[in-house]
Amino acid sequence: MINRILAWLADGAHWQGDDGILRRVSEHMEYSLGALLLAALIAIPLGLYVGHTGRGRFLVVNAVGSARAIPSLGLLFLAVLLLGPRFPGDFAYLAPTGLVLVVLAIPPILSGTYAGVGGVDPAARDAAKGMGMRGSEVLRYVELPCAMPLILSGVRSAMLQVIATARSPLWLAWEDWAGS
Amino acid sequence: MTWLGDHLTDVLSLTGQHAYLAGVPLVLGLLIALPLGWLASRYRVLYPFLIIGTGLLYTIPSLALFIMLPLLLGNGVLNPINVLIAMTIYTVALLVRTVADGLGSVPDDVNQSATAMGYKRVRRLTSVELPLAVPVISAGLRVAAVSNVSIVSVAALIGVSQLGSLFTDGFQRAFLDPIVVGIVACVSLALLFDVVILGATRLMTPWQRAAEAST
Repeated sequence: MINRILAWLADGAHWQGDDGILRRVSEHMEYSLGALLLAALIAIPLGLYVGHTGRGRFLVVNAVGSARAIPSLGLLFLAVLLLGPRFPGDFAYLAPTGLVLVVLAIPPILSGTYAGVGGVDPAARDAAKGMGMRGSEVLRYVELPCAMPLILSGVRSAMLQVIATARSPLWLAWEDWAGS
Repeated sequence: MTWLGDHLTDVLSLTGQHAYLAGVPLVLGLLIALPLGWLASRYRVLYPFLIIGTGLLYTIPSLALFIMLPLLLGNGVLNPINVLIAMTIYTVALLVRTVADGLGSVPDDVNQSATAMGYKRVRRLTSVELPLAVPVISAGLRVAAVSNVSIVSVAALIGVSQLGSLFTDGFQRAFLDPIVVGIVACVSLALLFDVVILGATRLMTPWQRAAEAST
């Protein structure tokens, strides 16, 4: 079996062209990074807001917990059945897949962000206020930089999950084939 | 929702199967991750290798693993053992880091006090370090439980029946009810696992309750 794998890998035809490995990898990266970016654009501002004001913390903590438990396969099928017919051509697959990847990436980034902002040393926050910073300045110059390591670790684990799941278009192709 | 009423026994048996396929690997994975995590925290040189190596295991696409394991092990594709092994691999991937960080979070002076009181290495590990690492390990276990419940459903694509079968069934017939029921059942199962782990953690860390009561 190992020999067959090596032979398959050594065959140039499997690397180039529309179906080649290189093309597949770059597509994979595009989906994953796009979804990650979109998720970060949603999750980081929301996490900063929740962490800074403390409003809605209970709601967000619980929503994040249950969102993590949503099986991506089920969500994908649901999204394809509901959204698929509304989009033309390739988007019929891309839109639901993207949606699932974004939903998958939001919880880790969101929880990293609010935990990071919530964990900022209150003394640092008070000192910033004492120096005359307004709420938005405290957020920008104190809380955001202090929370950065946790935010980025959230982004990192989101990236792991998204990359491991971004093969979903493949599932669909496979399902189509299995269903037909 | 009449569909649920008609298929309640099916859904329940699929849920049981799902709980088995997600739960057993959780225990096995923890048992494997404990010594690996201990090695990583004890010998700092090994830490990056073990953490990055096991972390990479998590990025193996589950579908690929589900298809590859039967080929490597030589048993049938439908054999649930493959799913159990794959899920154990994912659990180990998530837990080694947590165990290492949990053991690393035990304060040095606590370890030194234990040594000064005559604890040898093994007993210090089992009766001082591990209990103190329980909260961190349990946090990691909760993440692993939720992720297991979600990943197991992918095994429906290769025909191992559990709640994921409701997804493939619904998708092939373009019928939403089974998919929605499956998602809700998965989320409920994950919550149930969460409650069990939280309960066990509370039982194993009585000092935290004492601290809560006194504040």
